[in-house]
Amino acid sequence: MSRRSLPEINAGSMADIAFLLLIFFLVTTTMDVDTGLVRKLPALPEDEEEIIDDSQIKAKNIYVVLVNAKDQLLVEEELMEVSQLREGAKKFLDNWGKNPNLSDNPQKAIISLQNDRGTSYEMYIKVQNELSAAYRELRDREAQKKFGVNYTKLKGDNKKEIRKMYPEKISEAEPKNVGGK
Amino acid sequence: MSRFKKKKGSGTPAISTASLPDIVFMLLFFFMVTTVMRETTLLVENTLPQASEVKKIEDKSLCSYIYVGAPVSGIQTKFGTEPRIQLNDSFKLAADIQEFVASKREATAEEKKPQLITCIKADVDAKMGLITDIKQELRKAQAYKINYATYSSVD
Repeated sequence: MSRRSLPEINAGSMADIAFLLLIFFLVTTTMDVDTGLVRKLPALPEDEEEIIDDSQIKAKNIYVVLVNAKDQLLVEEELMEVSQLREGAKKFLDNWGKNPNLSDNPQKAIISLQNDRGTSYEMYIKVQNELSAAYRELRDREAQKKFGVNYTKLKGDNKKEIRKMYPEKISEAEPKNVGGK
Repeated sequence: MSRFKKKKGSGTPAISTASLPDIVFMLLFFFMVTTVMRETTLLVENTLPQASEVKKIEDKSLCSYIYVGAPVSGIQTKFGTEPRIQLNDSFKLAADIQEFVASKREATAEEKKPQLITCIKADVDAKMGLITDIKQELRKAQAYKINYATYSSVD
């Protein structure tokens, strides 16, 4: 008899406890997703010979992008606005040997990016973004032609195939200090 | 018999709150699962640049964060206004990055080590000189995978 007479535990305050925890997690939580441009740094050159190796690539297969300390853009020895860079890079990559001054094919093409120590980070990211966009647009176009979907929607071997066709080769030169601080 | 008669006209009956804990618990579990604790307090101005070609970082726990920017206004008298590097909770020099990356690598499980990534969260006003220094240090530390943190913008 005594067992039956045990009083029930009052669960009315359960909600309060749960609310307390809920509010704690609400406050501490950060919902923002980290996004960014993913890049791979090159390994440090082992010795002098590797640096010289650059010169063996034909000059027409290198698309030289320079950004100076005043955030001005010099592309293939011509002044350029950031807004034109995407089209310029696409033209260079997608040349297939037509124009003798531009790349032979996208596999051989290299975009060489060089910045000054005084270049602003904002400008640098803008340039990186435009160059990525050029590759992305070319890949998308090719993916649409072959598989009818955009590059990012592709999976496995199909994705690899497109990536092999337009490999993203953005090389960053060894840092130099030209424009001073 | 009138004792058992229900009273009428006393307004609407009270809504049962018995299921309230369940609802609250549901919300609680949602936030518990999605939450990521903020690990560091920012000592630097950190307005990230905008970019459209962004990728999401799948696993934040594999990320080591390097913050770059001018010290926040409250501590400028002490630390100046030039952009600086913040690792964990304090200002550091570029030379400390190798150790920072190594300690992160140490704390990571062996099979996940190749996926480690360094997130550079730099302010828009930072100069590339400092970023270049960081990049050189990361190359020395053989941490080649980096991510320039940006806000994503539509074209």
